[in-house]
Amino acid sequence: MKNIIIPMMMLCISINAQNPSAKEIIEKVDKNMSAETRIFTSKMIIHNPRNTRTIESKSWNMGEKKSYTEYLFPAREQGTKMLKLEDQLWIFSPSTDRIIQISGHMLRQSVMGSDLSYEDMMEDPHLLNHYTGKIDGEEKIDNRICWVITLKANTPDVAYQTQKAWVDKDRFIPLKKELFAKSGVLLKKMELSDVIQIQGRWFPKKILFKDVLKDGEGTEFLIEDINFNSAIPDYIFSKASLKK
Amino acid sequence: MIRFLLKGILRDKQRSLLPVLIVTIGVMLTVVLYCWLKGILNDSVELSARFTAGHVKIITAEYEKNISQMPNDLALTGVDTLVLKLKKDFPEIKWGERIHFGGLIDVPDSMGETSSQGPAIGFGIDLLSGDKAETVRFNLARSIHRGRLPVHPGEILMSEEFSRKLKVNLGDTITFIGSTMYGSMAMSNFTLCGTIIFGTGAMDHGSVVIDIEDVRNVLDMSNAASEIVGYLPNNYYDEEKVNQLVIKFNKLFPKSEGKYAPIILTLRQQNDFGKMIDQIKQIGSVMVLIFVLSMSLVLWNAGLLGGLRRYTEFGTRLAVGEDYSHIYKTMIYEALLIGILGSISGTFVGLMISLYMQNHGLDLSSIMKNATIMMPAVFHARINTLAFFIGFIPGLASTIIGTALSGIGIYKRKTAQLFKELEA
Repeated sequence: MKNIIIPMMMLCISINAQNPSAKEIIEKVDKNMSAETRIFTSKMIIHNPRNTRTIESKSWNMGEKKSYTEYLFPAREQGTKMLKLEDQLWIFSPSTDRIIQISGHMLRQSVMGSDLSYEDMMEDPHLLNHYTGKIDGEEKIDNRICWVITLKANTPDVAYQTQKAWVDKDRFIPLKKELFAKSGVLLKKMELSDVIQIQGRWFPKKILFKDVLKDGEGTEFLIEDINFNSAIPDYIFSKASLKK
Repeated sequence: MIRFLLKGILRDKQRSLLPVLIVTIGVMLTVVLYCWLKGILNDSVELSARFTAGHVKIITAEYEKNISQMPNDLALTGVDTLVLKLKKDFPEIKWGERIHFGGLIDVPDSMGETSSQGPAIGFGIDLLSGDKAETVRFNLARSIHRGRLPVHPGEILMSEEFSRKLKVNLGDTITFIGSTMYGSMAMSNFTLCGTIIFGTGAMDHGSVVIDIEDVRNVLDMSNAASEIVGYLPNNYYDEEKVNQLVIKFNKLFPKSEGKYAPIILTLRQQNDFGKMIDQIKQIGSVMVLIFVLSMSLVLWNAGLLGGLRRYTEFGTRLAVGEDYSHIYKTMIYEALLIGILGSISGTFVGLMISLYMQNHGLDLSSIMKNATIMMPAVFHARINTLAFFIGFIPGLASTIIGTALSGIGIYKRKTAQLFKELEA
């Protein structure tokens, strides 16, 4: 009897290991994509219908609630800083020497004419905290087998009530995402690529955002340099740092 | 016979002076009122043309699709070359570049923190180049309530109501927050130099006026403009001339050149202006018709009275053997001559008064200080081709009809009773 039960149990464990639940997949995706803190420099290449612009910035994130971004390039944007604490956003413009608070609904507006919203750019949400997943099947993206997972929001205050993610089975990185409004309308598409291993995790260096409600070829968000879980001094997330 | 009658009219002042004077006054009033009504209606169309539509407006095809959203990312570019070409190809048209934009006006407190904030609609027009055309079109000098017009870059005009709402005073620094042509955030400080009252709710709630070069700097719109507005000479919207202009423009700038190529819109093609122009024309025609009819009745009545006044004279002429139909004919001819003389003199005087009113206008700004609707302050007359003929309707036709009706009485008179009537 033992001869049958033990191999059966081993087989079950093995099958389970090969087919994790949606929750387990999301958990692993979060481990790759999110961190206690993130410090990164990035480049946004915005492909508008009439031109292409490049904007460089450096960002500091702490969890889901605190974020600080300073724009480095081009000259027109250089020195502009943004501070987001929970759902409040302050912007400092060096030309006016003023800090202006932007109301909450603006957080879903485009950043610098890109296909990213302030929330997209400045938040680092743990999917598991906001969504419940369901595996719909498997599909190949760039010759990599992916789980197709539908994520439904648990809370009403998220920007996208439904997400559909194609998660790489080997690396637990979404390679493609579709983001939907509560009404079911497709709002944005994301393509994640140039996946590399950094500090023991897989991470995409390039994300192509496409706001489907906007003209243009989308915005390439390129990570130039990223550090996970480094210490960030508290003053960074204060209004005083905006004018420094 | 005509020469004989004309001599009679000219020599017999009692027979001619009063009828000719009445016809002259009636025709003059008809001409002046017609021209003035045309002028007022034209001024109302002009007011819309000056602020928003122009007689023609040049924008991109893509901008037109979302025009209500003021999409400056779809604005005209290479404006300097375009304007030079327009000035060369359409030298009679006055062109003006404009930028319409939306954004927030943020007022800081002493610590630089936001004290008040409100959404604004902005007009970027030429205020500082020395060309006063746009300042005049926007009637800014007359609309100033406090302060003065901008004379330096970085100065801003704000509607009086908006400035009170935001509790901002002359000399205060305010921050404009908007979006550049490329979608980036735009922030810039301005000094409030004056407040304005346009006299129309929409513009008085929350509008700001800034020099177009300042707007270009803030919105990253170098050598770009939301629109180029064009005005015919004398500020008179003439559909025929505008249509000719459009045909020529479309030959020079074919629509197939791309979605950001310039296209032209006439005033009629914008918003509901076409409908408004038609309604104004209809209302104007009805008003003129009512006046012409009433004036016709007055002159008809004058013709009738003239016939009755000469009751004895016709009796004598019948008594000496003149034929009924001959007397009737001479009456009609006389009415015709009086009508022609009165209509010519009335039209001449009427046109002279209208010409003066067309050039100088009637300034009613002092009694319209507190007007709450968008109305022109100076009312001009407008002379057109019809003004040369309109007076002849009451002047000629009514005099003849009046005389013809009163003349019918001649046929009812009996020769046997004439001497008794004359003896009495």
